[in-house]
Amino acid sequence: MTTRLSHLRALESEAIHILREAAAECERPVLLFSGGKDSIVLLRLAEKAFRPGRFPFPIMHVDTGHNFPEALDFRDRRVEELRERLVVASVQASIDAGRVVEEAGPRSSRNQLQTVTLLDAIAEHRFDAAFGGGRRDEERARAKERIFSHRDEFGQWDPRNQRPELWNLYNADLRRGEHLRVFPISNWTELDVWQYIHAEGLEVPDIYFAHEREVFRRDGMLYAVSPHVERLPEEEPFTARVRFRTVGDMSCTGAVSSDADSIEDVLAEVATARLTERGATRADDRVSEAAMEDRKREGYF
Amino acid sequence: MAALHEHRVDVADLLVDSTDDTGMDLLRFTTAGSVDDGKSTLIGRLLYDSKTILADQLEHVEAVSQARGDEQVDLSLVTDGLRAEREQGITIDVAYRYFATARRKFIIADTPGHVQYTRNMVTGASTANLAVILLDARSGVVEQTRRHAFIASLLGIPHLVVAVNKMDLVGWSEARFEEIRADFEDFSGKLEVRDITFIPMSALTGDNVVDRSAHMDWYQGTPLLYHLEHVHIASDRNLIDVRFPIQWVVRPRSSDHRDYRGYAGQVAGGILRTDDEVVALPDGLTTTIAGIDTLEGSVAEAFPPMSVTVRLADDLDLGRGTMLARTTNQPRVEQDLEAMVCWMSDRPLSVGAMLGLKHTTNRVRAKVVDIVHRLDVNSTHRDPDATGLNANDIGRIRLRSTAPLVYDPYQRNRATGSFILIDPATNATTAAGMLLDR
Repeated sequence: MTTRLSHLRALESEAIHILREAAAECERPVLLFSGGKDSIVLLRLAEKAFRPGRFPFPIMHVDTGHNFPEALDFRDRRVEELRERLVVASVQASIDAGRVVEEAGPRSSRNQLQTVTLLDAIAEHRFDAAFGGGRRDEERARAKERIFSHRDEFGQWDPRNQRPELWNLYNADLRRGEHLRVFPISNWTELDVWQYIHAEGLEVPDIYFAHEREVFRRDGMLYAVSPHVERLPEEEPFTARVRFRTVGDMSCTGAVSSDADSIEDVLAEVATARLTERGATRADDRVSEAAMEDRKREGYF
Repeated sequence: MAALHEHRVDVADLLVDSTDDTGMDLLRFTTAGSVDDGKSTLIGRLLYDSKTILADQLEHVEAVSQARGDEQVDLSLVTDGLRAEREQGITIDVAYRYFATARRKFIIADTPGHVQYTRNMVTGASTANLAVILLDARSGVVEQTRRHAFIASLLGIPHLVVAVNKMDLVGWSEARFEEIRADFEDFSGKLEVRDITFIPMSALTGDNVVDRSAHMDWYQGTPLLYHLEHVHIASDRNLIDVRFPIQWVVRPRSSDHRDYRGYAGQVAGGILRTDDEVVALPDGLTTTIAGIDTLEGSVAEAFPPMSVTVRLADDLDLGRGTMLARTTNQPRVEQDLEAMVCWMSDRPLSVGAMLGLKHTTNRVRAKVVDIVHRLDVNSTHRDPDATGLNANDIGRIRLRSTAPLVYDPYQRNRATGSFILIDPATNATTAAGMLLDR
């Protein structure tokens, strides 16, 4: 027998170790699930880490109220199959309670508001560690972030004052009120994620595959026509064959023109893509040079 | 920049080989050298030629370089995206970058050359299979080169590549290359690096980075990328001493698995096999391995760095921090420890300090008993009179821990010989430690 491990199995093993390490060292972890491909991979890794036992943490979805219905259906089905506990933190509830104020106008988005809902939920449930599907290849601020990433009592990330991370020895020590964000798939790329979905035969929401959809063009990106997004007069809807590379809010996630209707086709498309997934499809990262860093400093995912 | 070419990943390989253990594997390497040595250019070329920098990233980097008035496109901007980094034109931290060829996936820990140098290089080196040390062919081996090589050796990186860059500026001279090689070997004989490869190159012109140089017929070796793709790393792991630190106990207590008790962890050494007789340390209880489980079912054996769940024949009620080893090949179990440490905190280390210590999955406290010496990483001179260690200092210290550690010397096993120290006042990680043969 060979003692060689493929790159995906090596990444998988590292991620399982990270999940178990955080579960062992933290009192009340939670796994953040968006319905997107990265968090789908996280759920599979959690099965690998803890079965035949139950997950030692609940699954939490921050529901903006502007989600793709396909992603919500998928979430509920997956949680049911796993027979694990789901916590939903609702941005609508934060708006109703006056914690945040809804933006108005055609370019409004609930993306920013999520941070308050997320931090409120972390405080309410006294979570001290939140697993996220963030990857370092996604974005430049993420590229510098630790696997065990410290958040102060206000949920803030301080990129200049991070704990050195050595070997596989993670420091999970916290003061009261602080928490960790833990990123088990930090070292995976978009391509690794799709290869893993293929290798494991994981199901992903249909919107990742090419389908006919009513869209409109804004800032060179294609957006889904939905009741949550107000169109400008010149933004004429039309039908196109598209797929989504990321699954965020309907208000800030763009589609790409694509004929890729199987995982094999998606893999081929990702391997030959000319744009990064966030560069191609995320309006939330286009706000400024350091849009992600600024949001992360305030406690974003 | 060279055109995109044959090193791009073939889609068919992605489908066939993604988890097959005969397929693509993973190499982690660290790069050391300053911007002046051409490090960014080298990494940029590896990323660009492997099609890892995508069009939007390249456009962004070009725009920022231009706005700053740089003469050349500064590829460090691909990941130096923090506000402070862009404003000050510095790299704050270790940056992790990823690329792949059809043979391997690579993780680069790119460490900045100036700020917090030692701390960052130690961090990047801790997980590396290989270090690329860049030097400028005009200046040859300088103090910084020796420091890089020393840290690579201290952290037990098995493979070193000395990239003699800017060969175009010394007329592609074989004599100059050989002179630098001799200089390097003069001091590297004292280091504990098993495998050193010298490659003459020009990152700027692309000679011997991805493609073989047309200017240096005298060089018989391979270009850097070929070397990275083919260097043999499988036997770098310790496959002899069975070590399994228990990380998590799986006890479902469900109707389907009423009596299941599995010990989950990542194999830290050796090859675990069903029916092996093992000892649980530090307690010293012995039993046999009844089965090795994964989500897909049982496997006959497990080796580093696999994450698995082990079932034991006897009901021993073990917990996190316990280490399983073969009865015939046991690690040390001691409270009096001696180690090399790299100190990383602005609060100096002094004798008498009580610190948190994390080693494998075990957590204890430890008292600093003695600072044996401080090491000058440039001259490797030892100062036995040192009374403290400051940030970025490396030294040999003695510790006494509140409970025994189950360990091997770092030189024997990086996974069971490494630890971190944590300041209980700030919760900061203050040191990287490597246990020594006492």
